[in-house]
Amino acid sequence: MKKELGILILLVVLCAVTGFENPRFFSHPNLINMANVIGLFGIFSLGSGLVIITAGIDLSVGSMIALTGMLLVMALTQWHWPWPLAVLFVAVVSMALGWAHGALITRFKMQPFIVTLCGLLLYRGIARFIAQDTTLGFGDAAGFKTLQNLANGELFGLPMPFVILIVISIIMWIVLHRSIYGRYLYAAGRNEEAARFSGINTRMVIAGSYIVAALLTGISGVLFAFYTNSVSPSTHGNFYELYGIAAAVLGGCSLRGGEGSVIGILIGTALLQVLQNLVNLLGIPSSLNFAVMGAVVLIGVLADQLFKNRAKKKNARAAE
Amino acid sequence: MPDQVLLEMRGISKRFPGVKALDNVSLKIGGGEVVALCGENGAGKSTLMKIVGGVYQPDAGEILWDGRPVKIHGVADSMKLGIAFIHQELNVLDNLDVAANVFLGREPKNALGLIDEKKMRADTEPYLKRLGLQISARTRLDRLSIAHQQMVEIAKALSLNARLIIMDEPTSSLTLSETKRLLELVRELSGQGVSIIYISHRLGEIDECANRIVVLRDGKNAGEASHEEATHDKLVNLMVGREITNFYVKSDAPQTPGFFKVRNAVSPLYPKKSVSFDAARGEILGFAGLVGAGRSEMAKTIAGLDACRTKEIFLDGKLIPINTPRNAIDQGIYLIPENRRTEGLVIEMSVRENVSLPSLLSFSRLGLIQRRQEEQAARQQVDSLRIKTPDVETRVLNLSGGTQQKVVLGKWLAMKPRVMIFDEPTRGIDVGAKAEIYRIMRELAQNGAVILMISSDMEEVLNVSDRIAVMHEGEIAGILGRDDCNEQNVMQLAVGKRIAVAKPAFE
Repeated sequence: MKKELGILILLVVLCAVTGFENPRFFSHPNLINMANVIGLFGIFSLGSGLVIITAGIDLSVGSMIALTGMLLVMALTQWHWPWPLAVLFVAVVSMALGWAHGALITRFKMQPFIVTLCGLLLYRGIARFIAQDTTLGFGDAAGFKTLQNLANGELFGLPMPFVILIVISIIMWIVLHRSIYGRYLYAAGRNEEAARFSGINTRMVIAGSYIVAALLTGISGVLFAFYTNSVSPSTHGNFYELYGIAAAVLGGCSLRGGEGSVIGILIGTALLQVLQNLVNLLGIPSSLNFAVMGAVVLIGVLADQLFKNRAKKKNARAAE
Repeated sequence: MPDQVLLEMRGISKRFPGVKALDNVSLKIGGGEVVALCGENGAGKSTLMKIVGGVYQPDAGEILWDGRPVKIHGVADSMKLGIAFIHQELNVLDNLDVAANVFLGREPKNALGLIDEKKMRADTEPYLKRLGLQISARTRLDRLSIAHQQMVEIAKALSLNARLIIMDEPTSSLTLSETKRLLELVRELSGQGVSIIYISHRLGEIDECANRIVVLRDGKNAGEASHEEATHDKLVNLMVGREITNFYVKSDAPQTPGFFKVRNAVSPLYPKKSVSFDAARGEILGFAGLVGAGRSEMAKTIAGLDACRTKEIFLDGKLIPINTPRNAIDQGIYLIPENRRTEGLVIEMSVRENVSLPSLLSFSRLGLIQRRQEEQAARQQVDSLRIKTPDVETRVLNLSGGTQQKVVLGKWLAMKPRVMIFDEPTRGIDVGAKAEIYRIMRELAQNGAVILMISSDMEEVLNVSDRIAVMHEGEIAGILGRDDCNEQNVMQLAVGKRIAVAKPAFE
């Protein structure tokens, strides 16, 4: 909880400073826009965090968003599928890819970094190939309006992606922090051997996290396709995996596994989006966008580590 | 004691915030003397040794080296005086060869400023010879057994002209015969004039190598004894400060032979050999043997942790299929693994979370954990096992070794064990906690469980077991009945000799 508190304070301070420098930060359209992007990025970031808790990593997120977006556009505009079927198709494809990641990692003992790095390359290539490297838009696909409203509309004045994020977060919070699966996930992430010795099917638990992460990425993929309204296969979703990892790490997930919380990942996502917004609103050259993000993640994690080192020393002294 | 005193510590006190770790402790060691330093965990042994090593500075007291007062400000100072440490966990680089390890950080250089490999190897050989080691200086460390790696560390200490070697639980990962060799070596080094402080919980070893035994308790000198005066009971009493009666409890409870049968258990370590045996309900069947004899692997195979298609396991006359750890657990077959920190516990998690880990399903509804029930179950184990923890929410890594082992026990005891396999149950655990673990094992057996106990501690395996199965290279070499359990017989079987009194593993 302490960890989340630190980053929450950082978030509040950044918001206050930005709002003070440029009151437009707190304007209604800006807040709505921010809620929208936090929703879009938060959904897959929860998946990235889940995988990181198992001591793994998912680098394929951005490419998967491109591929699922592309498949959605093609299903709707070229194959003329009804929209529920198209969405189901995207969900099934992403879960299948997640299952493949999980199987390669748990059955064949491949390293998550390598498996998902290959996914990153592979899915981007496939997305570009099936689209013949051209940008595809929705045009006037059948059922397009209904789906667009679902994906890009508003509910109670809140942008749909944000609402979906809240719903998913609640489910994920229960799963991670209250369910057996969540406990097994933390145990397997911390110490897979001990978890196995306790009768936990760690392969299933870990593979499951990749499937859930891929599903969340697929959902994000659908929402992003509508957010950009067209999908250009070579750039759509570029670097998004890094947003997910950064949000999770800022929010208290450790790459060593077994640590992290839903609340933390959400605050981490929000922080990253506020930083982007801050760059725009404070007139910082947008070329520095990534640099600002990198610096803040670095400082955040460093501060946390220093804090931990100190606590450790204190503990060690007390234990002697 | 020899008249030449090498190291003398007088009235050493050391305080840490909230605790007095050492209170007016004195220790003396002569040239070529072997002093065993005993005491329960937390008695102050490691603090005292860290002061010798220069890691800590004492608040009061003085240190004399060769009769002259010295201040040891750091590891470099203690090294310069000729003090070397052999730790429980080895400090070797197993991707480098023997010579590179011995001369790490002091590599001889040639004219070009590069490492003079030839000289380094040549300089290493005499030390290997002195230790009676039949290995080449060019052998990579990862090709050596743990015992040999440890010898390389000792060679390194000798190459630094160490006059005092401090060995901290040096035998905890050694086999019986390797332990024997190390104890011989301790005596040889002592004959060559090297002094040794030997820290161990294993009283049998202390009896074999030490000239004098110094016991610490609660940060104070509890007493000392010469080799002649030291008896097992006396040492235990000095360490715990009270009489422990019935340290080892033998039972005459009725046993049901053939209650648990294992046939053709094959482990990945010895794919061409198999283990079969019968164990009785109510007995403690010890498993002795050299490290690498395949005992732990056999245990993992039985517990479903290693896949094995050929094995047949019968419990109470019924054949039970075990393909996953869950299968074994569902039948009440539990394994207390050798390595509690990496296999037995998720040490970053709390006592509650660890205790409930294997039985979480029974504290849940609709896949959600019922926190109150979970907590209650953990409390119950803490109470009944007398687990010394401030709270069930305490993270396990903050507890002592013996307490951690009890948490591992707590995971399984609530679930009515029918077969309990203990793999090195008391490694690194102090005497008080040991006695408790033996008592728990005996109670379990008396309540009708089958206990299999793998142990490399000779004293333990001889005194705790009702019968002993001795393993040799992946097979059971023979089983010793209660009257034939002695060190001689165990060693003979462990090295693969046949003896007449040994019985076959099953009928």
